[in-house]
Amino acid sequence: MSLMRISSPHAHGTFSTGMVMRQVLLATVPGLFLLTLFFGFGTLVNVAWACIVGLACEALALSLRGRSLAFYLKDGSALVTCVLLGIALPPYSPWWLIAVGVASSILMAKQLYGGLGYNPFNPAMVGYVVLLISFPLQMSSWAPPRGLGDVPGLWEALQACFLPAQYDGLTMATPLDILRQNQGLLMEDLWAQSPQLGRWAGVGWEWVNLAFLAGGLWLLYRRIFTWHAPVAMLASLSLMAALFYDGGSSSSGGSPVFHLLSGATMFGAFFIITDPVSSAVSVRGRLVFGALIGVLVYLIRVWGNYPDAIAFAVLIANFAAPFIDHYTQPRVYGHKQPKSPE
Amino acid sequence: MRRVYDFHGGIHPAENKHQSVRSGIRSAGVPAQLILPLSQHIGAAARPVVTVGDYVLKGQVIAEAAGHVSATLHAPSSGRISGIEDRPIPHPSGLPAPCIVIDCDQQDLWTPHQGVADYRDCDASELLELISSAGIAGMGGAGFPTAVKLMGKPGRSVKTLIINGTECEPYITADDILMRERAADILEGVAILQHILQPEETLLGLEDNKPEAIAALREAAASASHVEIVTFPTKYPSGGEKQLIEILTGKQVPAGGLPGDIGIVCQNVGTAVAVRDAVIYGRPLISRITTVTGDAVATPQNFEVLLGTPMQHLLDLAGLQPERCERLVMGGPMMGFTVTNPQAPIVKTTNCILAPTTAELPPPPPAQPCIRCGLCAEACPASLLPQQLFWFAQGKEFEKLEQHNLFDCIECGACSWVCPSHIPLVQYYRASKADILQQRRDHAKSEQARERFEARQTRLAQEDEEREAKRAARKAAAEKRTQLATQEGGEDPIQAAIDRAKAKKAAQQAGTGTEPAAAASALDTLRQKLEKAEQRLAQSHASGEDAKIVAALEASAERLRGKLTEAESAASEAGAS
Repeated sequence: MSLMRISSPHAHGTFSTGMVMRQVLLATVPGLFLLTLFFGFGTLVNVAWACIVGLACEALALSLRGRSLAFYLKDGSALVTCVLLGIALPPYSPWWLIAVGVASSILMAKQLYGGLGYNPFNPAMVGYVVLLISFPLQMSSWAPPRGLGDVPGLWEALQACFLPAQYDGLTMATPLDILRQNQGLLMEDLWAQSPQLGRWAGVGWEWVNLAFLAGGLWLLYRRIFTWHAPVAMLASLSLMAALFYDGGSSSSGGSPVFHLLSGATMFGAFFIITDPVSSAVSVRGRLVFGALIGVLVYLIRVWGNYPDAIAFAVLIANFAAPFIDHYTQPRVYGHKQPKSPE
Repeated sequence: MRRVYDFHGGIHPAENKHQSVRSGIRSAGVPAQLILPLSQHIGAAARPVVTVGDYVLKGQVIAEAAGHVSATLHAPSSGRISGIEDRPIPHPSGLPAPCIVIDCDQQDLWTPHQGVADYRDCDASELLELISSAGIAGMGGAGFPTAVKLMGKPGRSVKTLIINGTECEPYITADDILMRERAADILEGVAILQHILQPEETLLGLEDNKPEAIAALREAAASASHVEIVTFPTKYPSGGEKQLIEILTGKQVPAGGLPGDIGIVCQNVGTAVAVRDAVIYGRPLISRITTVTGDAVATPQNFEVLLGTPMQHLLDLAGLQPERCERLVMGGPMMGFTVTNPQAPIVKTTNCILAPTTAELPPPPPAQPCIRCGLCAEACPASLLPQQLFWFAQGKEFEKLEQHNLFDCIECGACSWVCPSHIPLVQYYRASKADILQQRRDHAKSEQARERFEARQTRLAQEDEEREAKRAARKAAAEKRTQLATQEGGEDPIQAAIDRAKAKKAAQQAGTGTEPAAAASALDTLRQKLEKAEQRLAQSHASGEDAKIVAALEASAERLRGKLTEAESAASEAGAS
């Protein structure tokens, strides 16, 4: 009987990082389904191509760094990054656009910093911002939703991706664009004039957001993350929208409901800002982190010049995370208050 | 119902307690050999008072407490001392340590012993002395000498006495079975503790996963209502002293302080029974209840076992299947440590021996990177940020670690248990604590060396100064002596020579007539000398001395006369001019 010498604890829970990642992937299914339903196969093709490129990039970086491919690819973190970026990109994006974005995410934002766990910025959002700055035209063309135009099929989607020169798809301004470009119309009139705005926040968008909300709530139920950051973000975004709603006047920034259910709000709140690596760590820290993102999203959406604001808001908050951590240490057992940071 | 509080964090690992409570407490009997480590408690190791070859009786003192925080050791059975030597002991280091080895004669003969007639007639110090001489140390796991803990700080009263029956670690049932079978004994022990401490209230706390123990205690407490039995939801690590205090009172022990600082004393149920045996029957602590469990033993159960019994003896009694056992743990699966030699003995703090199969407690998979998911922070009962501590521990940032309160970590293992990346967090914290303590010791040492060096420098400088001062003093004394000699007109040839030289010069000056006063005195001197010479001449004439001498005297008188006339004429000339 040869006995091991091993440090306590000897018992371990059954949870694993791979399980976390797989559950996040699973939780994107309702949102992906509704995106496909309303905007066609574009997003699915994005996601599939992004995953292929992403795994290749990850494998390349790992082998250059001399790490075990099997062990690190199995954690599923690269897949999560690629799926999230694929969802964020406009459907029917060309293959090279997706490849550049994914390479920026995996190689630059993740592996150059030391791989999983060491990236200060959300990799998917770094990839998104690189593309947004480099290729603004491609990044701001979004397909029209079902009911307002023809929804391309799978074949057209593949063509758009891999033979972009031969594809000539329709694009249409998103509800966020319409609101930003509104000149002098009352909210009521704007809604009456623009069929894309749908009932609250845009045809298709409302449902897509609700689907991502459902996926996020399931992750909350599974205790993959805590409620603090998403709730703080949604609350501060709603508060900002309510403050500047202006009774629906021509200079209104849009109602809280519009902001909650438009663009990438729910996707951002439950799938992007909850990335634990690049966010603040303590409970209070995550509240501050989420609230900061909510405010930034509103500011950039209403007074900024980009199609959506989640990516920039998240990256700015990533910058702030170590600072937030420094000032939000929890009170430790037996201490009066958190140690004052020097 | 008393209000119970919750503490932050905690986890719910599989309890695995039912396996070992199917049967009652069984005696493990007397093994062939007992091995008694001199250090089974927190504090200084005991000092042996027997020598190899001595015959000892059961209950006889074999090593006495060395200092205040230490514990006496007794022979658990009768037999002959066959060695006082290093043996494998149950310790995380795995290093052997000094032990007293007894070859048992299987007679199990008691040394005469007797308890007190009625503890209520004894005062606290008397009872503390009894507890101390019985060698009782905390039976819950830490093994702090009980008498020292009960003594507390002088002048501080105890508000709440807490009896810990929580036993929150998975697998362990030693306290559970004790509460089921010996509830009355526990309450008797508690009554003695109450008599010593005079607390305002006494609470016996245990988790709600022990319904049989709760029923037994409630029944026993019904007749003597001095103890309140408090139950609370099962959650690991509610049996930690700090956590139990928070659950029962809502108070937190101040960081770096002791429960006594907030008027609380905690004692384990097993300790209460040991106190009872010592006070009422005069029996020292020579046995305890130990759970032997895990899938690698055929019949998991609890044993009443003599201290010093080799673990192998118990494992054999429980039916160990060695081929299925890859690790042996003393304590539970959360905080226990591995024992690599099954010949290591049962000590005062051995509440459990766990012999798991690999399937039951598989070795942890290789660690993945920390993704800062925060599950550890949610689980931490001390409200620490384990993910940040891990980050700083990896970077050996000791200042940051201390600022993030590393030393408030109780090493309960909840963070490692929940970690999805299977990072051995507690191991990092232990290593960092050890590094920091080592650094502090090194710092203290270098500080001491610096002080010693500086003290030496000061001493040398002082010696130099003293020497200098002595030299100066000698010089001054010499000068003073000279001065004194002159003042008293004593012989001082140098001074006399100087005076003569001065007089001569003056005479010469007088000769040149430049100084009338000096000349006058020189004249006087000459007159006196002449007078003396004439007197001398007259005397020699009268006494009829030698003609030669007389002639010489006459010649000198004549010369003096000539000089005088010369000087007188010069003086008159000088006076005229």
